[in-house]
Amino acid sequence: MSDQLYQDRIVALAKAKTGAGKLAAPTKSARRDNPLCGDRVTIDVRLDGQGRIAEIAHQVRGCLLCQASASALASVAVGQDAAGIAAVRHDAERAIGREQGEAAEPFSAFAPVAAHKARQECVLLPFEALKDALS
Amino acid sequence: MSFDVGAVRGQFPILSEIIDGKPVHYLDNGASAQTPNAVLDAVRTYETTGRANVLRGVHRLAERATDAYENARVEVATFLGVAPMEIVFTGGCTAAINLVAYSYGSLLKPGDRILLSELEHHSNIVPWQLLRSRAGIEIDMIPVTVDGRIDLDKLPGLLTPRTKLISLAHVSNVTGALIDVGAVVAAAKSVGARVMLDGAQKAPHGPIDLPSLGVDFYVFAGHKAYGPNGIGVLWAKAELLDAMPPFMGGGSMIGRVTFAETTWAPAPRRFEAGTPPIGPAIGLGAACKWMRALDWTGAHAHEMTMVQHLMDGLQKIDGARIFGPAGLQNRYPVVSFMLDGVHPHDVAQTLDSFGVAVRAGHHCAQPLMDRFDLDGTTRVSMAPYNSRGDIDALLTGVRHAAKTLR
Ligand SMILES: Cc1ncc(COP(=O)(O)O)c(C=O)c1O
Repeated sequence: MSDQLYQDRIVALAKAKTGAGKLAAPTKSARRDNPLCGDRVTIDVRLDGQGRIAEIAHQVRGCLLCQASASALASVAVGQDAAGIAAVRHDAERAIGREQGEAAEPFSAFAPVAAHKARQECVLLPFEALKDALS
Repeated sequence: MSFDVGAVRGQFPILSEIIDGKPVHYLDNGASAQTPNAVLDAVRTYETTGRANVLRGVHRLAERATDAYENARVEVATFLGVAPMEIVFTGGCTAAINLVAYSYGSLLKPGDRILLSELEHHSNIVPWQLLRSRAGIEIDMIPVTVDGRIDLDKLPGLLTPRTKLISLAHVSNVTGALIDVGAVVAAAKSVGARVMLDGAQKAPHGPIDLPSLGVDFYVFAGHKAYGPNGIGVLWAKAELLDAMPPFMGGGSMIGRVTFAETTWAPAPRRFEAGTPPIGPAIGLGAACKWMRALDWTGAHAHEMTMVQHLMDGLQKIDGARIFGPAGLQNRYPVVSFMLDGVHPHDVAQTLDSFGVAVRAGHHCAQPLMDRFDLDGTTRVSMAPYNSRGDIDALLTGVRHAAKTLR
């Protein structure tokens, strides 16, 4: 089963490193750790006057799935507020089989993770960090 | 004379399983080892011909159970070269360390000091932190060298007259390094401190002569030493056990109970409140007996040949680095490595697709990971039944991860 986990689309998302790094002057930052595996995500955001994300950057010390998820999230985050990000999260949850329905791009790439329960938190960790940063 | 790996493998039914079309290359023995027929048979014999509670019945099943349970204590004691009455069965290695931290810890005074090392498993750190919050003791840490050994050169400078206990891993569960017990014991004597060894990663590699080591406490886990889950061992010198108050209260650990006062049973029963893990203890007794029958000179040489084969193979993979001793001296077959540009979890997941089981992550040793700023390592931990085929499958998987994931 795990033969198929690291499909090209997931590897490509991780390698793209969209949004990797730090912001010079973030409005908010948040860090999340997964105590089980030690993955760590730090997210910086710059918000506009309406609480929408104007700029986002992430630092991931974690596995490929976590990197790919942070990269995918950064690619769709600009212009979204907390409610918009919550909607994107549903997409990720659908992709990994935790919710019913079809996942849209780019999170549809994470479909292979549905078969790997132990790795699903890796995909969700960037969302947890971003939620903290937006709250 | 040479060590017959095939004959050892044949005693472990799981090793001939085919799972999802793949053979079992089990290299996660440091987390839990597999169990041989001798252990499975002993547990089955208890469950099917002698199952009853221990110590409390006069009927013959109870007598059989009690005999088998006490015989297991003798087997474990023989394995460690000590007296059976100094063997306390616990729920695990963690439970044994907590027992010492609670019970021996209750004899300590505020300001007394406990010395640990930076490479300890969380189970040899957190119980002492709990004791610190409870009793105001202090904790000191021996640093670790770049090759993953406890830096004993730093030991003398960390000892004080208030140091009461030095508690260290006999073998590191991350780097495989074996500690120089003689040096620790000599240093401890200079300030009158006690020594405890966490033998979780040492016990699976053969009988241990505790009296010649000169330590005061020893703990290990059954499931890592080819025995069942849910059983662990605490050994302590009789004089220490006699002085220690109970950890848990309940049945079997008492002398006489009235509501005004209760007196304690002598050790080891004082520390075995309630119905103990009888089947698991019997299984562990069988595991100790099985280990005593193995040719450990041959087994250890074989394990070290596998370590060398692994190291040679990793060296040929671009960006693979070993974290731990580079040589074979004073080390056991636990080998941690990093693959530059690939996270350890992704290495381990890829290996799973080749039928290879390893552990990746912080190995419950976060202070050590922090010290060397590591995201974690991939850990290969071997047992005598591991073959060259296991290591070759692993190396193939690591090469695949290196090629596809970075
Ligand atoms: C060195 C060391 N100490 C203690 C433990 C704890 O053992 P257990 O979880 O079986 O209680 C382990 C196992 O993970 C270990 O490797």
